[in-house]
Amino acid sequence: MKIINAGKISAAVAQLCLKANYSLRSDVLAKIKSAYKNEADRKAKAALKAIVDNAEIARRDKLAICQDTGLPIVFAEIGQDVRIKGDLRKAIDKGIVKGYKQGSFRESIVCNPLKRDKSSHQGAVIHTEIVKGDKIKITVMPKGFGCENKSILKMFLPTAGIDEIKDFVIETVRNVGPDACPPYVVGVGIGGGADLACLMSKKALLRRITIYGLRITDYVSKIESDLLDDINKLKIGPMGLGGKATALAVNIETYPTHIAGLPVAVNLSCHALRSATKIL
Amino acid sequence: MKRIIGLSSFNIAKLKAGDEVSFSGVIYTARDQAHKRLVRDIGRGKGRESPFDIKGAVIYYCGPTKTPKGKVIGSCGPTTSSRMDEFTPFLLKQGLKGMIGKGRRSQEVITAIKKYRSVYFLAPAGCGALISKYVKKVEPVAYADLGPEQILKLEVENLPLIVAIDSKGGSIYG
Repeated sequence: MKIINAGKISAAVAQLCLKANYSLRSDVLAKIKSAYKNEADRKAKAALKAIVDNAEIARRDKLAICQDTGLPIVFAEIGQDVRIKGDLRKAIDKGIVKGYKQGSFRESIVCNPLKRDKSSHQGAVIHTEIVKGDKIKITVMPKGFGCENKSILKMFLPTAGIDEIKDFVIETVRNVGPDACPPYVVGVGIGGGADLACLMSKKALLRRITIYGLRITDYVSKIESDLLDDINKLKIGPMGLGGKATALAVNIETYPTHIAGLPVAVNLSCHALRSATKIL
Repeated sequence: MKRIIGLSSFNIAKLKAGDEVSFSGVIYTARDQAHKRLVRDIGRGKGRESPFDIKGAVIYYCGPTKTPKGKVIGSCGPTTSSRMDEFTPFLLKQGLKGMIGKGRRSQEVITAIKKYRSVYFLAPAGCGALISKYVKKVEPVAYADLGPEQILKLEVENLPLIVAIDSKGGSIYG
């Protein structure tokens, strides 16, 4: 049994808020740089250059990568051999408010979704999971709402083929077009119930962006790689200016599901895909 | 790269969809809730009016972060323009000349842009830290209670924009 103080969790969360909002994830930045290198279209190339410059300015000057510092989504994987001394929920909330205040980030959360009066930093979405071990793994993902607004869930028939699922993902990106800050990272959740499919589609965005080599052996990686190729054929491109880079990656997560159904959820991220993780 | 200094005396007809421009002058931030209020305040009359002169004005769809110590403004990129579509034709009718944002607009907005000879620009989307470097002065104008959605008057210098919809209804999105 390991004891972890709630104060330690608060401090970690605050630090992760700053890190995620100031420093673009290294895998995302690397992929944007490689897209910049491969782009031939002048305007699309300039748009990718602006994204790279923006990331550098944000890190150097301690400015938020994007003014939409997001709805903070917190994933806490808690080892079953850990005892938390103090209030976990309060500790996370406190850490978010501290980090967001320190960074002068935007108060983008309305406490009452219907009245929509005064906005603040209070109201992070928290997902906890009990796992093996005696550690806590905390991830903060500031999710911008331009892209979150484009999320979609479809309950397919269990007899649907993989081509129908692929078409659904491609059509989703086609419909979103230039509106949610392409190039996108496309998170897809397949299986479970409606709730888990949506959660997996978001968690899929946390996975580091893979640059596929020549040897793709497993079934899901092959679908990811095919979908990425097909989406990039849409030629939406950065800022919708055309060019090769409409998506940087397609990440799929799967889970067992019911014989009567096949839930598929898509959660898009803009190019400013932000997340930071710490293990306590 | 065409240089534009304000829109009130600029010949908008010279701008074509796809043109890259460098914009200097005054722009007003306004997003969802500020649009709702602007339309309410101007539309109903009742002694209320627009908190700034809409005629010849440029609206920037933006809600910046708070201003970090020692900086003019925080991160301040564009938000999705289409959410403002239902309010835009009314504002164009009042004399609004330019809009800056990201993404597509509705057919109604395109028609109104053509009718009232105005223009819609794209700003570098998702690049709020970069854009903050082009902002030289910030002044609060109205609706302070809306927090990040209040109306601010920004003075910008050489802000790089792309003409997305021109005054003849031409669009880069086809």
